[in-house]
Amino acid sequence: MRCPGSDFRLSVTLAQPVPIAAELACGGGELLALVGPSGSGKSTLLRMVAGLVNPSQGRIECGSLCWFDSTRGLHLSPQQRRVGFVPQHYGLFPHMTALGNVMAGLHALPAREREARARHWLARVHLPGLEQRRPAELSGGEQQRVALARALVREPSILLLDEPFSAVDQVTRQTLYLELAELKQELGIPVILVTHDLDEALLLADHMTLLSSGRSLQSGRPHAVLAEPASAEAARLLGMRNLVPGTLLRHDATSASSWIRAGSVELAAALAPDLEPGTAIVWMVPHAAVCLAAVPPPAPGGHADSLRVSIRSLLPLGDSVRISAEIPGLETLLRLQASPEEVARLHLEPGREAWVEYARAKVRLLRA
Amino acid sequence: MDFVALRLSLELAGVTVLLLLPAALLTARFLAWRRFRGKSLLEAALAVPLVLPPTVVGYYLLVGMGSGSWLGSWVERFTGQSLVFSFSGLVVASLIVNIPFAVQPMQRAFEAIPDDVRDAAACCGMGFWRTLLTVELPLAWPGVVTAFVLTFAHTLGEFGVVLMVGGSIPGETQTIAIAIYDRVQAFDYAAAGQMSLLLLVFSLLVLALAGGWGRRIGRRDALPRL
Repeated sequence: MRCPGSDFRLSVTLAQPVPIAAELACGGGELLALVGPSGSGKSTLLRMVAGLVNPSQGRIECGSLCWFDSTRGLHLSPQQRRVGFVPQHYGLFPHMTALGNVMAGLHALPAREREARARHWLARVHLPGLEQRRPAELSGGEQQRVALARALVREPSILLLDEPFSAVDQVTRQTLYLELAELKQELGIPVILVTHDLDEALLLADHMTLLSSGRSLQSGRPHAVLAEPASAEAARLLGMRNLVPGTLLRHDATSASSWIRAGSVELAAALAPDLEPGTAIVWMVPHAAVCLAAVPPPAPGGHADSLRVSIRSLLPLGDSVRISAEIPGLETLLRLQASPEEVARLHLEPGREAWVEYARAKVRLLRA
Repeated sequence: MDFVALRLSLELAGVTVLLLLPAALLTARFLAWRRFRGKSLLEAALAVPLVLPPTVVGYYLLVGMGSGSWLGSWVERFTGQSLVFSFSGLVVASLIVNIPFAVQPMQRAFEAIPDDVRDAAACCGMGFWRTLLTVELPLAWPGVVTAFVLTFAHTLGEFGVVLMVGGSIPGETQTIAIAIYDRVQAFDYAAAGQMSLLLLVFSLLVLALAGGWGRRIGRRDALPRL
């Protein structure tokens, strides 16, 4: 279900206390995940949407309403915006019961209607029977549900969730994911979720905006962003480990390749004709595009390229082994992963030589 | 036992608390959450009565409220009464001397309210007064009680400032603390002892009750563990 006219758009800048320059968009019934490391401005951006922080410049619109417009000096207060907000630590009123917390958002209604609506929403978030408990008597997951009921009871135009799953255990988290996904579809309003957990964004979000130091680096469908990072910084934030800085040497249209120099080594990548030779770039090879070999491949220059590496360290972690490999003539280490059986089969040991094969077509070049 | 002095002291403490607490509450809330240039200076100015000898504070108030001063002559012109050596003057002095005892406990209490709670209140559509009355005050209540008790008890026991500004006019400015001093000067140790014991028991009782009550409220309204 999608409510027409419930789209949300934001384009703001802020100078103090955290420099922010971001653009966001989210449709009704969709979930936008704001992903980035601590201090990237995710929560500040969410507080701007709620009206709790004033941008220096820009515009915030929700549906047909403009909430903030610096050119017109328009700034609606949080009370005027009809925002459902679940803060990071839920912000429950500790002196009120669960029912009282939800009713607090309905002060304009007659008492009987307030209670009926609050009870409906507590039941809707699966909390019947706990109405008279105070927040200190509830578990983390239950507190989160009360905060969600309180945010939704006012029938908001947008739902804002600030790392709502960070304080609950893994089992509760999985249940809450499913409930949020259901709720999102039923509500039909834009939902903005702040998280530093990429897996959470991949699971729940329809769109994702990657933030770093207050700037929106890249936006798009979560899997598309993960598959095609727009910059080296975005790739790092997405957890790409094998990023080798270098300079673009030349393009070769016949083999659909571009060549770079990194240290004293030449590396191949998929053709990137939009980059000028001489540009400082980063060579990015996805984890799925590399494999280890004990001997050099028989036909170099085929569909896969290869690199001679020296194993620096092996670290067993869970059911796999994390491998650091040094490319002679290059300062950057390659981070690889293999099964213990593969490590034994290839006789991998620190100090020994090995070969890393990579699929050139899957290697991307990003601006440094 | 000088009941006139006791009644005067209770009246002074009551009026001080009644006038000071609402203003101190709004000041404490403002200082707890607002950042502005000169905040440390303002906080220091409000805390000065805590560290200055009462006679020094009393001296400045005497000079500042005397008929030669701007404030004193203005009050005298409009009311026909002098501020110094009068009950009204004692109230003004008491208000000023008690500012830190009223503001600081409430400021600390407001500071302890998490930002998330205030953000949630705003997003629940609550305006300034509704948030203050239904969320902030109940949570800051132990601080308000402490401010009340400290201001009331401190006014009952204040000596130096009262003596400087009010003198010792029975029925007008002679509070119980000054009456005790007068009794000692007159070697009436029995009367001084009775009044001292009364103040001692009262102070102990009020502090113990307020402490216990504050702890109970604190436990009941504890912030949830995450």
